[in-house]
Amino acid sequence: MSGRSVLKRIDWLTVFIYLALVIIGWVNIYSSTFTEAEPSIFNFSTLHGKQLFFIGASLVSIVIILAMETSFYERFSSVFYIVSMILLLGLFIFGKTIAGATSWYDLGFFNLQPSELAKVVTALALAKYLSDIQTDIKRGKDQLYAFLIILVPVILIIPQPDPGSALVFFSLVFVIFREGLPLYYLGIGFLAVLVFVTTLMFGTVWVSIATVLLILLFFLLKKKKSKIPILPLISIAAVALLFSLSVNFVFNNVFEQRHRDRFSLWLRLEKDPNKLEQIRKTIGYNSYQSEKAIESGGFFGKGFLEGTRTKGDFVPEQHTDYIFSTVGEEWGFVGTTTVIILFTLLFLRLVFLAERQKSDFSRMYGYGVISILLIHYFINVGMVIGVLPTIGIPLPFFSYGGSGLLFFTALLFVFLKLDTNRLKEEF
Amino acid sequence: MRKILLSSIIVIIGITFIGRLSYLQIFSFSPDHVLEDPAIKRIYDYPERGYIYDRNGKLLVGNDPAYDVMVIPREVKTLDTLEFCNLLGIDKKKFKKELRKARIYSPRLPSVLVPQLSKEDYARLQEKMRRYQGFYIQKRSLRYYDTPSAASVLGYISEVNERDLAANPYYIQGELTGRTGVEKQYEDILRGRKGVQYIQKDRFNRDIGPYKDGILDTLPEQGKEIHITLDKELQEYGERLMHGKRGGIVAIEPASGEILSLISGPTYDPSLLVGRERSRNYNKLYNDSIPKPLFNRAVLAEQSPGSPFKTLNALVALQEGVISPSTTVTCYSGFFVGGRKRGCHCGGGTRNMNSGIYKSCNAYFASTFRKIYDKFNTTDEGMDVWEKHIKSFGLGGFLGYDLPTGRRGLIPSKKFYDKWYGDNRWASSTIISLSIGQGEVLVTPIQLANMTATIANRGHYYTPHVLKKIEGNDITNPKYTEPKLTTIDRKHFEPIIQGMADVYKKGTARWVQIPDIEIAGKTGTVENFTIIDSVKTQLTDHSVFVAFAPVDNPKIAISVYIENGYYGSRYAGHIASLMIEKYLKGEITRKDLEKRMLEKTLEHEYAKPFSGEEFKINEYVW
Repeated sequence: MSGRSVLKRIDWLTVFIYLALVIIGWVNIYSSTFTEAEPSIFNFSTLHGKQLFFIGASLVSIVIILAMETSFYERFSSVFYIVSMILLLGLFIFGKTIAGATSWYDLGFFNLQPSELAKVVTALALAKYLSDIQTDIKRGKDQLYAFLIILVPVILIIPQPDPGSALVFFSLVFVIFREGLPLYYLGIGFLAVLVFVTTLMFGTVWVSIATVLLILLFFLLKKKKSKIPILPLISIAAVALLFSLSVNFVFNNVFEQRHRDRFSLWLRLEKDPNKLEQIRKTIGYNSYQSEKAIESGGFFGKGFLEGTRTKGDFVPEQHTDYIFSTVGEEWGFVGTTTVIILFTLLFLRLVFLAERQKSDFSRMYGYGVISILLIHYFINVGMVIGVLPTIGIPLPFFSYGGSGLLFFTALLFVFLKLDTNRLKEEF
Repeated sequence: MRKILLSSIIVIIGITFIGRLSYLQIFSFSPDHVLEDPAIKRIYDYPERGYIYDRNGKLLVGNDPAYDVMVIPREVKTLDTLEFCNLLGIDKKKFKKELRKARIYSPRLPSVLVPQLSKEDYARLQEKMRRYQGFYIQKRSLRYYDTPSAASVLGYISEVNERDLAANPYYIQGELTGRTGVEKQYEDILRGRKGVQYIQKDRFNRDIGPYKDGILDTLPEQGKEIHITLDKELQEYGERLMHGKRGGIVAIEPASGEILSLISGPTYDPSLLVGRERSRNYNKLYNDSIPKPLFNRAVLAEQSPGSPFKTLNALVALQEGVISPSTTVTCYSGFFVGGRKRGCHCGGGTRNMNSGIYKSCNAYFASTFRKIYDKFNTTDEGMDVWEKHIKSFGLGGFLGYDLPTGRRGLIPSKKFYDKWYGDNRWASSTIISLSIGQGEVLVTPIQLANMTATIANRGHYYTPHVLKKIEGNDITNPKYTEPKLTTIDRKHFEPIIQGMADVYKKGTARWVQIPDIEIAGKTGTVENFTIIDSVKTQLTDHSVFVAFAPVDNPKIAISVYIENGYYGSRYAGHIASLMIEKYLKGEITRKDLEKRMLEKTLEHEYAKPFSGEEFKINEYVW
């Protein structure tokens, strides 16, 4: 296939949104790492200079990705997967420790984070396995294999420790679901989260009362000849109650204090103003400062390089995980909404692209891309604006970080490459 | 369904985020005002508060430098507490307590650790302070009083409270503001404006340079110096005369309305309310609940005016044409109202206006008062006319002088009596006490002085005021420079003034004459009551005197109100004559009288109602 036809067929809307996000992201990194002493944007010793370098590297990688044969990605996905798992394993011996997590290889000029690579290849491998003609997702054994593909990197990443990255892989369950995983898996997941949160907020007693009332309501309203079985319903309720009890146990005995504090901050459990103040100064410092920074931006924001909290470095890790708070402070509601809308458009466009694929592999990989990007975006922005507990993962295309940007770019553009080939594809 | 699910989740997440962001950035948006932004430190540069001089350019209030030891709790590193305490001259316990207090107030804002060091301590500490992180010395200036008197006019300054902070965004915690008197009234002029520098900080509270390159920074604006109308010497002299006496003295220059002295007894030394001992002294003064030194009697004490009020009734009667100066009334050492005899001390006989005034004949003025009402068909109508005339002298309302405290006094109206007695249940005979300045009418000493100045001016007055110059320029506020006319024609004043001059020459105040100075005055002796164990009990009369001098070209009009001083000339008259002599001649020729007035106290009178025993009133004992 000639380069020309790639340029003709590539989905330019996605490319534009991608470029917009990268540019806006860089502008905000520039602002949050800016010092009067080094105003030059091309100084590669500064963080924004380095990021600029990686933006260039990403553009180069886009060219390479687009130049490859489409079939290359599908064919070698298993190899990639195995290599990447070996790289994750290798961290236990050769890994470099930054901020308490052994997640990097020191390559001299930059640090490679193999878990970022693993996200791409796991999405590829899962798509490959599920699209295999012999795989039937309705079968328990195939479900197990699919889950194993997801679980292996998770198991390798958790001990680094990097629970945030590990969490990302679970989003790939969505791909399996899209391909026919029975609905009740999702239902159980949803129910578990619901019971977990409500138990923490209201306690087991209220959750039990609510459950019993719901069942009674069900009995009162149900028609005489309804075929909905009663026994399984009651047993689900019983399991839910047991789970609720275990939540308390786990929360109080298994979780560490910092985890408890994160949850109590998230769910606004702590009512004692003194303790709340204490949490705000310690474990909740980041969230509190980032919320305050966003709040202080108001509707129009304080203006580029005018964010006093950004300048004063009040929000720690602002150029990485908390980059969105810079948008909030300097560009206000207008800026934050613009970014949210850009991301939303990107995701909807990707769903549209995935659904129009004729090849199962391309569609499944597309779903993998969406799942991974979406969960990053959801958890990161949710954390920065205070609707989710603190989980440290970056905002795709936005946060400072070389390997992050490279692999998010690769993740996206491999899919765009597959998309350019959608019409020809026939195996 | 599986196809739509993901899109729905994407949209729901987007909506949730935008919802949360609009909550944060629109609904609970609190702009980081430059004053509230934690990332911006403000350094204030306080200007010196303006000096206050008297009418002759003598210094009344200046400034003294003071040094506070400040602490920023979170910057405090471990230190040798014992050594540091020795250096500061405080004990360890107090040091820890103050430090805890400062931390509770704010760990990152400076608090005062030890206020107002002496200059010597400052010199000793200055060098060593650098060794202690988180502590520094801040210079500020304190008020310095070059006089022990005039507290009632000058007022004092104190730290702003919650109300001040809410009322005026200029102030921040810990700043000073005028609390009463001139300091409060002319706060804006005296204070100037503080300068401010904005410094950008990082989250470790380190300065990282001026905020926005200093475009918001301002320079301090100096406080302006003012001259007030008081005569420092007269004020000090008057306060010495008030020694051991309660009451008020107000002296006004009739031709300008300038207040020459405004004295309240007992008073306090303004220096008491400065510095480290301020709050202890204030509480002492505040809790002194019987003599109430903080109560400014000159502008707040509402009492019956007594006989000086007779002059106004005479003026009203002349204006309404119901009497002439030659109209006579026979006094039977009293007069009859409603079949009941009321007493008079004038000695009885036939009185015309002149002798009515100088002998202060109650019968004459009762008759005159009734004549005013008899002119009209109804008492209501008469009351309205009388009230209008009396109020034109500035009575019964705030005069509009430039001190922040005051009382209206009371000039009763027909509405007042309708409520008091019922509609049409009263007549001029019911309210006959008004004719001699007793009964319901109430005035403050400053109103009484203004009334006297109005008579001295023959029918107009300038609103009394204490501000004379700002930065050397005379005030131009028309409120104080334009005369207010009374409703009485100028020609009616001469016979009254003649009567008042005769008070001095041959009347009730002939004992207080000053050589070479012709004075017009009027004595007053005011009956008053208190309640002891729920029994209404009469106390020794208040001694009242109003006067102006010289008669033909009045330079000073004065009212003296001495509580329980007995008859008018006994205390008030003497004190007024000494004040007038002091002001006009600069020195006192009657040394014996002066000595007596300076030394005599009325404490024995004030102790009577609290003695728990029976007591006599109006005794002739010196």
